[in-house]
Amino acid sequence: MQQVVFGIVAALIVFAAVRLVTTRNLVHGALYLLAVLAGAAILFLLFLAEFVAWVQVLVYIGAVVVLLLFGLMLTRAPIGNMALDSQTRPLAAVVSLAIFGITSTIVWKTFKGQTVHFSKPNTVDTLGRAIFSQYVLPFEIVSVVLLAALVGAVVLARKEE
Amino acid sequence: MSMTFLADLVVILAKILIVFLVLSVLVIFIVWFERKVVAHMQSRLGPNRWGPFGLLTSVADGMKLMFKEPITPITADHVTFALAPGISMLAAFLAFASIPFGTSVLIFGHRATFEIADLNVGLLWVLAMGSLAVYGVVLAGWSSGSKYPLLGGIRSSAQMISYEIALSLSLIPVVMSAGSLSLRTIVHAQSGVIGSIGWLGPVGGVGKFIPHWYIFYHLPAFLIFLLAGVAETNRPPFDLAEADTELVGGYHTEYSGIKFAMFFLAEYLHVVTISALAVLLFLGGWNGVTPNLPVLGWIWPLLWFVAKVFFFVFLFVWLRATLPRLRYDKLMAVGWRVLIPAALTWLVVSGLAMAGSV
Repeated sequence: MQQVVFGIVAALIVFAAVRLVTTRNLVHGALYLLAVLAGAAILFLLFLAEFVAWVQVLVYIGAVVVLLLFGLMLTRAPIGNMALDSQTRPLAAVVSLAIFGITSTIVWKTFKGQTVHFSKPNTVDTLGRAIFSQYVLPFEIVSVVLLAALVGAVVLARKEE
Repeated sequence: MSMTFLADLVVILAKILIVFLVLSVLVIFIVWFERKVVAHMQSRLGPNRWGPFGLLTSVADGMKLMFKEPITPITADHVTFALAPGISMLAAFLAFASIPFGTSVLIFGHRATFEIADLNVGLLWVLAMGSLAVYGVVLAGWSSGSKYPLLGGIRSSAQMISYEIALSLSLIPVVMSAGSLSLRTIVHAQSGVIGSIGWLGPVGGVGKFIPHWYIFYHLPAFLIFLLAGVAETNRPPFDLAEADTELVGGYHTEYSGIKFAMFFLAEYLHVVTISALAVLLFLGGWNGVTPNLPVLGWIWPLLWFVAKVFFFVFLFVWLRATLPRLRYDKLMAVGWRVLIPAALTWLVVSGLAMAGSV
């Protein structure tokens, strides 16, 4: 049952991801991105990670893509079927293939042949304990990186006085 | 498939149907309620032609909108234009899936709780579905293919993201106090009374008459939640996405007929959702200030809940009737410079207080 649902959702994610980069309409692209992220949320649900799934919806679907749409509408309005192709397809293909290769190799090497049993759902409690004890260093590093990005964006956007 | 599974399925489906119907009727009633209250606040009579006190006016309006021709502008993006009102309605209804509104009742030997699903991250679910609501507005604004809706869509996307942060941050202290994200557990944590208040000295006994509601512990968080909640629902004085004096009708300028009605209903559903959240998180949910009357059983808590929710619905209407709309830059300034720092401060203060009391 789980495997069947996984297969369907994975197929939908792949389809939406392909359409995301092939569609000519930017807003439609954003909507396909939404479908990809929603699919990821469903995958989290399949792994009984309820909290992560709804945070995925809240943060990525509810904020990140909205921000993306906001940027598009502010800078490219009215948006139609415009040719917004930067003619860098070969480079993009190389970069995305490289990222795919690296991440899938890492995942393969780490979890090869392992069977993970989901006996009880991942509660907020266990998640919080894991983040703030075992994984506190990565958590802090990610926070600093995000803070740096935030400061960087403000510096870039600020007008010279 | 065992019998209990089938029974559970029937109960769930029945609950979904009941919640859906009750909400639909409730929203129609709230539209009438708002028109009537605003009218009386402005020394008018308000709707009074159809049914007693004009109660059927909204029904007549709904019928009218249903039979009107739905017009799609030639510049519109057809699929998205048709999708947007549906997304609005869907997000508004889905939020109710984990909102509990009473204790439980025994039907045919089956104990049915007053909610569709008691998720242990129920609060997160409501917030996540609330965050989807912005898509209805943004996509409607963009797909209409005309400038006023687009401006409304842009405004609303910035506004809703900004106020969502303050809204979520203001709820964290409550979650910390209750130690759970399940709305039912949060309500249970608010039963009983505060008890003697030590620092008040001789008059500390007054605490024995004050219910153990989080509003008395987290008043600043409650006020932040209320302000951000009004902004999240796109209601006056934060209705910048519609702003009829500047943007004609904002994001739904190009919508007519039943599609327009769907946006309208979604807005009122959000009002009910935010009211219900305020009641559940800060006002003790269905816990009344009087002891439960055993004769009434499950009806008494339910009545308390409905009464409290209606108080907040009235508050929403009251705000609309009395306050002028904020200017856009002021709105963003309030969100980022006042509400978010205030919510963070309260989060730290209540965290310290909790750490100190352990």
